[in-house]
Order: sequence, then structure tokens, then C-alpha cells
Amino acid sequence: MKTSVSAEVVVLLAGLLFALGIVGVIIRKNIVFMLLSVEIMLNASGLAFVAAGSRWGQPDGQVMFVFILAMAAAEVSIGLALILQIYHQHKSLDIDNLKEMNG
Amino acid sequence: MLMDKYLWLIPALPLGGFFILALIGKNMSRTWVATVGAGSICLSALVTFVVGGAFLSGMPENTVYTQTLWTWFEVGEFSAKITLSLDVLSLVFVFVITFIGALIHIYSTAFMEADRDYARFFASMNLFVFSMLVLVLADNLLLMYLGWEGVGLCSYLLIGFWYEQPTNGNAARKAFTVTRIGDAAMAIGLFMVFQQAGTLVVSDIGANASVIWQPNSATVTITALLLLAGGLGKSAQLPLQTWLPDAMAGPSPVSALIHAATMVTAGVYLVARMHTIFALSETARLVVAIIGAATLLLAGLTALTQYDIKRVLAYSTISQIGYMFLALGVGAWTAAVFHFMIHAFFKALLFLAAGAIIESLHHEHNMFKMGGLKDKMPVVFWTFLAGAISLAAVPLISAGFYSKDQILWYSWSADGGSPVLWAVALAGALITATYTTRMMILTFWGESHTHIGHLPGKRMTVPLVVLAVFSVFAGFIELPHNFGHFTLFSDFLHPVLPETAMQENIPSEWLFQLLAALATLGGIFLGYYYYYQQPARIASLRQNGLLVRLYRFWFSGWAFDALYDRMLVRPFVFIARINKSDITDKLYTGISGMTGEMYKLLSRTQSGSLRWYIMGLVVGAILILGIQIML
Repeated sequence: MKTSVSAEVVVLLAGLLFALGIVGVIIRKNIVFMLLSVEIMLNASGLAFVAAGSRWGQPDGQVMFVFILAMAAAEVSIGLALILQIYHQHKSLDIDNLKEMNG
Repeated sequence: MLMDKYLWLIPALPLGGFFILALIGKNMSRTWVATVGAGSICLSALVTFVVGGAFLSGMPENTVYTQTLWTWFEVGEFSAKITLSLDVLSLVFVFVITFIGALIHIYSTAFMEADRDYARFFASMNLFVFSMLVLVLADNLLLMYLGWEGVGLCSYLLIGFWYEQPTNGNAARKAFTVTRIGDAAMAIGLFMVFQQAGTLVVSDIGANASVIWQPNSATVTITALLLLAGGLGKSAQLPLQTWLPDAMAGPSPVSALIHAATMVTAGVYLVARMHTIFALSETARLVVAIIGAATLLLAGLTALTQYDIKRVLAYSTISQIGYMFLALGVGAWTAAVFHFMIHAFFKALLFLAAGAIIESLHHEHNMFKMGGLKDKMPVVFWTFLAGAISLAAVPLISAGFYSKDQILWYSWSADGGSPVLWAVALAGALITATYTTRMMILTFWGESHTHIGHLPGKRMTVPLVVLAVFSVFAGFIELPHNFGHFTLFSDFLHPVLPETAMQENIPSEWLFQLLAALATLGGIFLGYYYYYQQPARIASLRQNGLLVRLYRFWFSGWAFDALYDRMLVRPFVFIARINKSDITDKLYTGISGMTGEMYKLLSRTQSGSLRWYIMGLVVGAILILGIQIML
């Protein structure tokens, strides 16, 4: 199947998604949403890999994407576990309330 | 004869004694402390007799015993070895150190009996004997310097032995600091010797001295004078003599061993040992002679005015060492060493006897409060008298006469001698006899002023008697050339020390001996007249304002302490005071203050806010990417 979408457009989309993710991490107060935004950034980079792989006809891009998926799964499980612990201890998920490690 | 392999035992025994006493001395009984402390030195003296006997019987073939124990360190081509070498000169010193040291240790076992730091005393004394033996047995100047510093340390420890009195601590610090000035000069002298000769081994320097140095060149003079400065510090000669009178704060056996018989003559040993260097520089020898002459006169006049018996003896020690330096300066090497040996006998005796008197009179040092001890302490009186006639050099019957007469004779007739030096030495002999008589009369005659406690026991009187015998008879091993001509001692030393070069056309030696005898008898008469026959005359002399001022000036030791206080101590204290908050310290406090400020600044970025951290990351990434794109 031949698509007419060029690699540049896909990378641009990936960049957009990545920027969205970063903005999400920075402006969100809730840790769960920050984790979600991190996932978006991961997927954006995965998309960029796939686009590059198809542009040069190499399998490496897709291989990297599989790695990223596996890593994202692990990261989410650990991240969620940490979030649960934080909620247990502080009864809050607001990142602005969790400033104990200052100075 | 393979006795030389036991040479190492001579210093090793005192060192062993020191280690035992220093490590477990506190838990030992007094008897054991005394046994170890005095026993080690007695054994060492015994080994000295055995090794010395073997050495003398094997003399003609082999004039030096050397024993290399191990290599201390090697740097490049230079290797410092722990090597002991025994020749006739060091044998004389080793004999005096171990023999007199053993007697003084035996005396100390009784003298220090009541002291609670019995073990510490003997540990320090043993360490001293060890260091002194290293000093005289060392075959290279570096090892000698080790012993040199070791005796300085022990002197400091023992002057400040009764450290609870602040004045004793001050005296110890003064001795340490003043001798350190000489030692620093000596260290520079050693560097110069090494730079020019490439070696510090004494025998190599001696053999090649005339090749290495031009006679009378500036370098050899400077080297000799730097070495001399070290000797002046240790031997309490002008201008570094101020520490010795204060050093009398230590126990009397310490004064006898360290500050009269052995350590203070280290300077004499050094100059005699390095005589090859001094022989090459006329200026240096002249300086030695002048310093010796000036010191003997100055210290003699000071001794006339003191009332503390130990201070009289201290100044007379300075004065007698001045005679030795005078002899060294005019080139009468053997005469200096001979006077050293005789002086060690009678001065150790005088100090020990003075210690016995002070102890019996409940720590009374003032001679004017003694008096009348002649009949109450007969043993001390007779032994003290033997030492005193030797110090005063009473003609014919005392050892001191033979050694001092030789110096007087050479101070005119030897190559470096001159009538002026002789006149000063003769005046010194008169003064010596006067203050010795004054000391004898004030202490032993007249009315008793202080109640006498317990009399000294056997362990104190036996060393006194032995030393008294030597003080009287040791002089007979070297009789003047004109009667007897019995020169055992100088013949004995000639393998190491050269013959004294003489001037030509000098008056007869008889004349000199007559004048020396007259000076001594005149001095004794002066002392007898003013202090025994006509004591009222002293009071009338006190009326004279000029004499009183002179008396005060002499009493203060020619105001040297005040001079040094003005010249050195006060400027130093002044600088120290204005620089209380150390100027160089500002740099370091500045650095630490700046670091603190930067830490505060940076720690504010550690806000704990995760979102700020990410912001920082993003901005940083954008910046780096931006820079990369721009470039």
C-alpha cells in the first residue's frame, strides 16, 4: 500500500505531540495527568522513529518503537505504583503540595 | 680482637633503657626503674671500657673502627648510612659520656628518689645519653645532626622536668629556642658542606678538605662560621649564651650531666671534629679564639656577682667552655679536648655536690644563706673542695691546672695565639680563682644560716668521691713540656688531631706557668681577703655608686637578656599583636565566605518543585539545540 503522506509531515506531527506532552507535564498539577503527558511524549518519539524507518526503508525504526512500547509499559506500571504510594502518604496528588525536597 | 662488633651496644643500651622506661616505666617499682635507668648506662660504660681497650690494643694498624648498621635513606647518589665510627677523639667523648653519665645516674637514683616522675626522669636521661653517643659516634654529619637535635630535645625535656612551675617551662623553651638559632645556622652549614664536598662523611671531608676548598677562601670561611654558629648555640658561647644560666631550673644531676659535662661541650667536639675545615680558614679560627676569650671573661665576671650557687657554676661552665674555644681557635686542638675532659670531671662533681647541698638545705640555692657546712657535711665539703681547686686551677695539685695552664701557654705561643688573647685568658684565670674562693667561703665557712635536713647517702657520696679523685689526679696524664714532658693524652689524640703549630721566639714556658700560678693564687687571695678576712670591705665597696652599677650590670649577665628582649622579643610580640587576626588568613576566609554565598544562591534553585525542574530541562534543551542550529 502506498501512502501519499510524506515523512516530513509525520515528523512534524510527532514534534507537535511532543510539545503537547511537555506543555502537559509542565502545566498540569495532577500527577496522573503528568504521567499521561509523559506517555504522549514517548509515543511522539515512537512515531518519529517509525516515520524515519519508513522514509529510509529500514526496519530499525519499527524495532525501536517496539522497545519504546515495552519501556512505556514498564514505566507506567512503576509510575502508577509510585502515584499510589504518594496518595497513601500525602492524601493528595497535587504536585505543588509535594515540595518536601527543597533547598 | 673482634671487639669492634660490639660498638653498637654502647648507644643501644641507653636506647633500650629509654624504651623500657618510657613504655612500661609507670608500672615498674622504683627499684626496677633505678636498676634499668642506671644499669643501662653502667653497662654501656662497661662496654666502652671493653671496646676502648680492644681499640687501643689494636691501635697502630687501625686508627678508626667503623660499623655500618644499616642505610638510613638514599636519594640519588647521596646515601645516608647509620654508621658508627670510633676513633681516639670520639673515644675520649664516649668515655666521658658513659663513665660520668653512669656516676650521675647512680647519684640520681638517690637524688630523685622522692620524685613522683622517677621513670620519666630516667627515661629522658637515658634518651639523652643515647643521643649524645650518636652525636659523637656518628661517622657522617647528618647522623651527627640527628644526635645533635636529640640532645637538644632531651635538654628541653629535662630543664622543664618540674613543669608545674611556669618559670621552669619558660627556661626550657628559652633553651630550646636559643639553641635552635645555632642549629639552623649549622643546618645551612651542612648544606654548604654537602654542596661543595658532595659528601657528609667526616673522614672523606677531612681527607679531601684541602682539595675541595681554597685556603682562606670566602666559602670555606662561611662554611666554618656556620658550623661554628651551631657550636656556639649548644655550647652557650657569646652571643647565644643566655640560655644556660636559666637551664639550671632542671634537677641538679641534669645540670651536671647535660649542662656541664657533656652536651654543652658538643660545640667543642664539632669544631675539633671539623678541624680540617677550620684549619683552612684563618679568619674562622680567629673568630673562634676571640669568641672564646670574650666569653670566658664576660661569664667569669658575671659569676663573681651571682648569689645562686647553681648560677655561679653555670656561668663558670660558660667561662670554662670559653677556654676550650680559645684553645680551638689558636690551634691547640688537643689542649681543648684535654680541658674538656678535666672540666667534665670537676664540673660534674661541683654540680652534684651543689645538688647534695641544695637538697640537704631544703632547696636553698642562695649561697649567702648557706655557710658553715664545712663540719656538718664533711664528705661534700672535701669533694667540693677537690672540684673547686681544679676549677680554680691551683698549681701542681689539681687536674685543672694542667689543662688550663696548657691553654694559657698556647694562647700566646701557638700559631694563632697572641699576647692579647693570653692576657684575657690570664685575667680569666684570676677571676675564676676569685669566684671559686668566694663560692667556697660563702658555702662552707662562716656561720650556719639554714637548718640541715638529712645528709646525702652512699649512692650520692660514692660518685662524688670517684669524681673528686679524677678531678685531682686526671691531670697527670699530660704534664707540661718543661717539667716531666709526659704527653700521654696529646700523643693519644694525635692520630685524629694535628700537633699544635708553634710560633718562634717565644718567652720561656716557665714564665707563663709562674704567672698563671700567681694569677690563681692572687684570685684566691682576693676571694679570701674580701669574703673571709675583711667582709666589712664589701660593704664599703657597696657605697661606691659606680661599682654598684657595674655589679648590677654584671649580675644581669651583661644585660644580654634585656638586650635580646628589646631587640627581638618585643618587636616580635608587637608584630604578633598587630597581626592578631592573621593577614594571610583573610585570603582563606574570603574563599570560604564566597563558597558559602554561592552555595546559598544555588540552593535556592533546589525548590522541590518538579515542574520548575522540567522547565529547566526544557529550556536547557532548547538552548543547546538552538546553539547547535545557529552554529
